[in-house]
Amino acid sequence: MQRYLLRRILLAVVTLLAVSLIIFVMSRAAGDPRHVYLDDYSTQEDWDRLTASLGLDKPYYQQYGIFLGSALKGDFGESIKEGRPSMEVIIERIPATLQLGLAAFAFSVIVGVPLGILSAVKRGSFLDMAGKVVALVGQSAPVFWLGLMLVFLFSVRWNDWFGNSLVPPYGRQEISSIILPAVTLGWFYAAANLRLLRSAMLNVMDSEYVKLARAKGVSNNIVIWKHSLRNALIPVLTFAGITLGSLVTGSLVVETVFAWPGLGQLAIQALAGNDYPLLQAVVIVFTLMYVAAALSVDIMYAYIDPRIRYS
Amino acid sequence: MAADATLVVQQPAAPARIARKLWQFRRWPLIPMFFLVLFVFTGIFAPLIAPHDPERGGLRDRNLPPAWEAGGSSEFLLGTDHLGRDMLSRVIFGARISLAVAGVTLGVGMVIGVASGLIAGWYGGWLDEFLMRIVDIKLAIPTILLALVLVLALGQSFLIIVAILAIAVWPRFARNVRGEVLQLKTMDFVALAKVAGASTPRILFIHIFPGVINTLIVLATLEVGIVILLESTLSFLGAGVPPPTPAWGSMVSDGRDRLAVAWWISTMPGLAIMLVVLSMNLFGDWLRDRLDPRLRQLN
Repeated sequence: MQRYLLRRILLAVVTLLAVSLIIFVMSRAAGDPRHVYLDDYSTQEDWDRLTASLGLDKPYYQQYGIFLGSALKGDFGESIKEGRPSMEVIIERIPATLQLGLAAFAFSVIVGVPLGILSAVKRGSFLDMAGKVVALVGQSAPVFWLGLMLVFLFSVRWNDWFGNSLVPPYGRQEISSIILPAVTLGWFYAAANLRLLRSAMLNVMDSEYVKLARAKGVSNNIVIWKHSLRNALIPVLTFAGITLGSLVTGSLVVETVFAWPGLGQLAIQALAGNDYPLLQAVVIVFTLMYVAAALSVDIMYAYIDPRIRYS
Repeated sequence: MAADATLVVQQPAAPARIARKLWQFRRWPLIPMFFLVLFVFTGIFAPLIAPHDPERGGLRDRNLPPAWEAGGSSEFLLGTDHLGRDMLSRVIFGARISLAVAGVTLGVGMVIGVASGLIAGWYGGWLDEFLMRIVDIKLAIPTILLALVLVLALGQSFLIIVAILAIAVWPRFARNVRGEVLQLKTMDFVALAKVAGASTPRILFIHIFPGVINTLIVLATLEVGIVILLESTLSFLGAGVPPPTPAWGSMVSDGRDRLAVAWWISTMPGLAIMLVVLSMNLFGDWLRDRLDPRLRQLN
């Protein structure tokens, strides 16, 4: 197992290095960074001074080294638009994103898991059909569109029908503001949880040991909750890790749709404003969260699944 | 009698056999297939079908509702957008962009994925290790984020979008093909081909590749939906094929701030995306159950 964990950790580190390299190369490919700070009226001395202070007179591998070194210290330079350290700007935005991510994750579990179990146990029933619709919509509707449709229905149209919106359409002023973005972000994962759990449950319930348990006269409830669900949860758990990570990416879109002041919105703003120092920092932080989520699931997985522990 | 006593060798599925199998299938998913055919058809023949120019409109006709709403006209069946452009025509031309992007992306991604999967699986060793670690790394980087950074640095064009999406798509092909090759290369027919003196390229393409085709078809159908969603997300965020070309994602974005005045601007293209992706998923699920049930774990 130690080898397994070591490999995973190594992979996480290499991934982060690869991302930092991509960002570095792209930031150079995007054009001369000095144009962001200087214009045609700047003097030659200004150019020279900036060249030296940005380290652009050094060879590329040294520039990358400097970039990497300061990145490790959390220093990504000043955001061009905000005029203060990028990391500072990012840290302010993290709580909003975490809040949204957790709410969406909770939604995906609260909706996906019970529906998944029930649609497997009561196969072919009305519940199974309802689950199917939730799953199909979640896996096919583009996230940004789903969000807009929810806004249209529960804010715009609701206002037409009943005189005021059921929930705020955007922003983060009220507690209920989080409902629409969380549902939008969580729907896809609720759908995935549901599908995964349903098929895993059906598989397990068809297995020899469940049949044996039934033959021994174990009650239906115990067969479902103890024998089946425990085993069926393994793929769901794996997926939870992927979910946690990609909720991060999903937040890019959802935060833009709902003007939710988190990291995702910040990333898009940095992109739109060509704010490279900020963008680099956001991308690294996002990747870090993504990789950390995947890594923690790998570790958790090793403890739960004995096949990994002993190989 | 000697002719009957030939060796019993496990054979890879040949294209002809797949075709026969397909023909025997019961319970074709007709509704999804109808929408998929419609999608491909409108994509290809967009200029012949579209009633109006998708990129030009009159400001006098702006924000007209669909024909069935009060104030709508039969000239603009799905209404018009904020610049007076016909929604129906734009949705039809949007199909063209999605179709082209998905087609080319999958083509490129599949070629790269299959090639590296074949090489990794066949040769093993450090080459395998190297390629699979690249796959791992790629899968560990959030796709949209990577795509946005690349678009910002390299610029927006059809080719760049396709290249970026192909980068996103190939690892899954590589990984699955490699897995198949690892199994196939231990089979008798491969050993026999080697004994018979077949060259490595010949073994890979004539003997092993046909055995991978099932997996490829299933994976490709499942990936189409993902590619279309990715492309539309990029367009929505303003990083897709540049305007005024009508892409479904950017059309949804156009209607974002106009939900109260003209809900159809966002709704119609989004519905189109959902319909295509939904049909593709249903069709892909069906194909997978028929051709390669093992892939079910993929989800």
